Order: sequence, then structure tokens, then C-alpha cells
Amino acid sequence: MVDFIEIFVERVVHFIENVVQPHFNYWSYVVLMMIGLWGLIAKRNLIKKLIGLSIFQTAIILFYVSLGVKADATIPVFDYEAEKSKSAAVVLPAEPSEMGGKSDGKYKKIDPDHYANPLPHVLMLTAIVVGVATLGVALAVAQSIFKDFGTLEEHEILEKIKTGDYVKHD
Amino acid sequence: MVENFNIIILVLLVVTAVISLQVKDLLSASMIFGIYSFLICLLWAEMGAVDVAFTEAAVGAGVSAVFLIATVFNTKRKSSD
Repeated sequence: MVDFIEIFVERVVHFIENVVQPHFNYWSYVVLMMIGLWGLIAKRNLIKKLIGLSIFQTAIILFYVSLGVKADATIPVFDYEAEKSKSAAVVLPAEPSEMGGKSDGKYKKIDPDHYANPLPHVLMLTAIVVGVATLGVALAVAQSIFKDFGTLEEHEILEKIKTGDYVKHD
Repeated sequence: MVENFNIIILVLLVVTAVISLQVKDLLSASMIFGIYSFLICLLWAEMGAVDVAFTEAAVGAGVSAVFLIATVFNTKRKSSD
């Protein structure tokens, strides 16, 4: 029995050191997502369910944004002065606005590893706005349910539907 | 340094998420959800996603919290769980 406990503790420590610690951020995204799912399923108040939905959503958005992160990278805005002073091999035009149409190979030296990947940011920007729109509609529906049933608790609403004790619209 | 900042914010995120779902007062739950949104906005600013951080601060922490508080004032403040 003591051997079993020792082996178990050893395995757990090994797991934490080799699996959880190197990817602590991903583990916490999963934990956040599961907290949201738990709120969505286990909580009986409708507003609590909606808060759980928002937590679930932001956890997924957080995961996607974290995919665009690079080590030692800055925000994805072209830094003209820094690129000019970084090395003499990079020949830049006089004005940053001239960058657009040129394709003579002058800009191949600019290292994209210095900038975070902006594609996940743009995709998740729309996801945030859609999330707020769905939250607003859901809260409006919750207020309408409160007008008819006088409560926001799921079990009380189900009970009132069974007994027919609510405001009926034709 | 940046890794420590990340870990502190991630732990605080989990804590605020659990508290906002466990608190019985819905107004407190809305406010703590606003704190959660601001923390997540800080995390995004630190990750280099400034545009996403701006949007989350304005839309997530601002508009969502206002919607939730407005709904709480139009309905009941107490929650059973």
C-alpha cells in the first residue's frame, strides 16, 4: 500500500514537471474552458449560464490569440525606424508609404519573426464582437422570460411550464 | 519576468472565473466578470495582440458588464446557486 502511494506521488510529480509546467498556458486555457462549461451546465440561474458561456468563449479566443505569439517578437505594426537602423543590408525607401507596390526584393531582408502573427488576432476580433452580440440577445431573451415567468431559475421555470402558471401570449 | 506576469494573470483568471460563477449575488458576479475581462485584456496586450486587447476592453469589459448589470436591475438580484 505504501509502495503504491509512493509510486502514485512520483508519477504525479513527474506529470506536473514534464507535462503541465512546460505548457502551463495551454493547461490554464483548458481549465478556464472547463470552468465555463461547468457554469453553462451545472448552474441553474440563466444569467450565471450566460456568464459561463462568455468564459467558455473567451478561453477559446485566448487559445487562438496565443497561437500567434512568437518569442522576442513585438506588436504586428511595421517599425520603420527600427528596421532602418537594424542593419545596413536592408534598403528602405524614403517613405513607408512607398512600400506598397514595390516588388524588387528590397524587403526580403525584413524578418517576419520580429512581429507577432496578426492573422489569429484579426479572426478573433470578429469572434469577440459576435460574442457580445449573442450575449446581448441572450440577455434580452432572459428579460423577456422574466416578464412571463417572474423568475430566472431554470427549475422554477420548468415547474411553471408544467403547471401552466405563467403569462401566456396568443 | 514576462513569464511570471503571464502565470500570475492566468491564475487570477481562473480564480475570478470561479468566483463569478460561485457568488450568489448577481451584481457581484457581473462586476467580477468585468474584472475577468480586464485581466484577459491585459494578457492579450502582453501577447502583442493590441487590437484584440482594445476591443476586449471596450466591448468585453465595458459593454458586456453594462448589459449584465442592466439585466440584473430589470430582473432579480439574488441567485439560487
